Amino acid sequence: MNENTTNDPIIICEDVHKWFDDFHVLKGITTTFKKGERAVICGPSGSGKSTFIRTINRLEEHQRGTIIVDGIELSNDLRNINLIRQEVGMVFQQFNLFPHLTNIKNITLGPIQVRKMSKKAAEEAALALLERMDIADQAYKYPAEISGGQQQRVAIARALAMEPKIMLFDEPTSALDPEMISEVLDVMRELAHSGMTMLVVTHEMGFAREVADRIMFFDEGVVIEEAAPADFFDNPRHERTKLFISQTLQH
Amino acid sequence: MEDNTLTQEVKPPDTSKGPVRWLRDNLFSTWYNTILTCLGLVLLFFFFRVFFIWVFTQANWAVIPAYLRTLMIGPYPIEQVWRIGIVFCTLLTLLGLSAGIWRDRVLQIAIAIAGVGLFLLLIPLDVVKEGEDTSATLEFNLNIFYLIFFKRKWLLGGLVLLAVTFLIGRDKNTFKRWIIIGWVLSFPWTMIILHGFGKNAVSTTDWGGLLLTLILAAVGIVACFPLGVLLALGRRSQLPAIKWVSTVYIETIRGVPLITILFMGSILLPIFMPGDFQLDKVIRAMVALTLFSSSYMAENIRGGLQAVPSGQVEAAQAVGLTYPKTMHFIVLPQAIRAVIPAIVGQSIALFKDTSLVSVVGLLDLLGVGRTILGSSKWSGNYAEVWFFIAIIYFVFSFSMSIVSQKIEADLGVGKH
Ligand SMILES: Nc1ncnc2c1ncn2[C@@H]1O[C@H](COP(=O)(O)OP(=O)(O)O)[C@@H](O)[C@H]1O
Ligand SMILES: [Mg+2]
Repeated sequence: MNENTTNDPIIICEDVHKWFDDFHVLKGITTTFKKGERAVICGPSGSGKSTFIRTINRLEEHQRGTIIVDGIELSNDLRNINLIRQEVGMVFQQFNLFPHLTNIKNITLGPIQVRKMSKKAAEEAALALLERMDIADQAYKYPAEISGGQQQRVAIARALAMEPKIMLFDEPTSALDPEMISEVLDVMRELAHSGMTMLVVTHEMGFAREVADRIMFFDEGVVIEEAAPADFFDNPRHERTKLFISQTLQH
Repeated sequence: MEDNTLTQEVKPPDTSKGPVRWLRDNLFSTWYNTILTCLGLVLLFFFFRVFFIWVFTQANWAVIPAYLRTLMIGPYPIEQVWRIGIVFCTLLTLLGLSAGIWRDRVLQIAIAIAGVGLFLLLIPLDVVKEGEDTSATLEFNLNIFYLIFFKRKWLLGGLVLLAVTFLIGRDKNTFKRWIIIGWVLSFPWTMIILHGFGKNAVSTTDWGGLLLTLILAAVGIVACFPLGVLLALGRRSQLPAIKWVSTVYIETIRGVPLITILFMGSILLPIFMPGDFQLDKVIRAMVALTLFSSSYMAENIRGGLQAVPSGQVEAAQAVGLTYPKTMHFIVLPQAIRAVIPAIVGQSIALFKDTSLVSVVGLLDLLGVGRTILGSSKWSGNYAEVWFFIAIIYFVFSFSMSIVSQKIEADLGVGKH
């Protein structure tokens, strides 16, 4: 448990199932995330990690079970979905910045259009965020004009500008050249220490060991093992987990 | 010393070629290329010889000045031409303000139009009344001051307005929204001014020539755009009813030639109209052109929508943007950018397709060409008349094409 973790649950998943046509991707996920908790999700490719965190802001719809985020149950009610999306920020593997907008406009679009902030206030907040990400000088460039590591930090700033209560990261460093990974991890580390609730899909085991309160291991749509990092790395119980840890630590 | 050789700049090898080298590489590289080149040159020579002999010695160009006004505005009454002048000045005012505010390409377009305007202002070719002795009028026109300040006062006024409004509009960025609203309102404004009220009203049956062609093309090109966007979004909708209606509409219209739609508009539509309600002929043509081109526009835009990666929509949703805002701010700007060449190509096609309205009895540029040739005096001069009309179509189409190339270069399709 980190110093920020509380006992208030903020995300409650009960027996969550998801199919793509006939393909059973999530096979009953039951778990609770507490306010301020940092959870790292790992597991082999195709095990449903992305699908799981995408159900939490309804980019994917679950078909059985319940998900309650910040007291609101995810259903087909559009108003609830939009409310939850305002509280949940997401960072993608491929950044997904808007290429036709400058970096600062990427960041201010949500606050202005969704949070109804004034343009001036939104820009000031965006510049402060870029400062925090250490890229204030890139504000008026287009995404294509900056490096991958800088783009991912703009994407993090874009999510933070909505002042979310929860941040989801889907392999935020997997598309980056090795020398840029640390600049993004540094930002995430700083964010973790600020008390943000974070769900991070990543294979950066160093980051997981250092920052996570809990590591969840996905395999074929179920969580087969979850534990605090020390336990997870030093006493893995399942064979699959042992294999995965030995493979990832080799790299 | 050694450092010098390391830091010495290495220039790329010179791959540029002199003109002689170019000729040898491209036209005379082998014996059969040489023969083909010579044959081509001989053919070109004979073609241009015949062409220039016709243009300069055989053609009787007198038909053009004699009917210039008809070609430009058709049977529009001469006492009411001031209405066209007002519309012209309105548009140049908007253009001047836009050029001042947006600069760059808009300014270049304004400068190009000003250049053409100045050229037309100063050359001694003028609108000659039908049947008048052209040589006498030409002599009269040599008084250049009279010409510019009285016969071409609208052109002069428009150009002055263009310059003045450019100076007024410079860097007034807060006007942007109003200028856009102004451009939108310029359409109904143009129709109202050209038509007028009361006993001086000019019925649309008297609209004609290049004026009518430009109005039909402008309305068709602009009005099909919002309709095309809605249809394209509709065809990708998750709601079966909307998707189905959009698809059926698009495919039906695309499966039918424009001319049948024009005929349906002019013959079938009045049958379905209640009682003696008469929908104006020109309006019917406008509706037909808009309906027709909106289905093509929809398919163009749908192509652009498909080019926008799904991650863009997800990122927009993740910050909580609603569907309409996601489309407005994220998807459509990228989609439209990706298909600007196709959209301009379609606009050029529609501009030329307006000539089909002459088949349903409208006197557009092509239609007045026919009526001119219908008069016995000039019926032998069809080549001159068609050639002149072709040049007008070409000048407008080619200008649109150039503007589109510049816009593409600006947007750096694939850059941002
Ligand atoms: N939109 C989709 N349609 C069909 N199958 C999908 C879709 N998205 C993911 N899948 C499948 O679901 C499985 C889990 O995917 P994902 O959650 O992306 O895995 P992970 O992120 O753990 O690599 C994979 O087998 C993948 O092929
Ligand atoms: Mg994934």
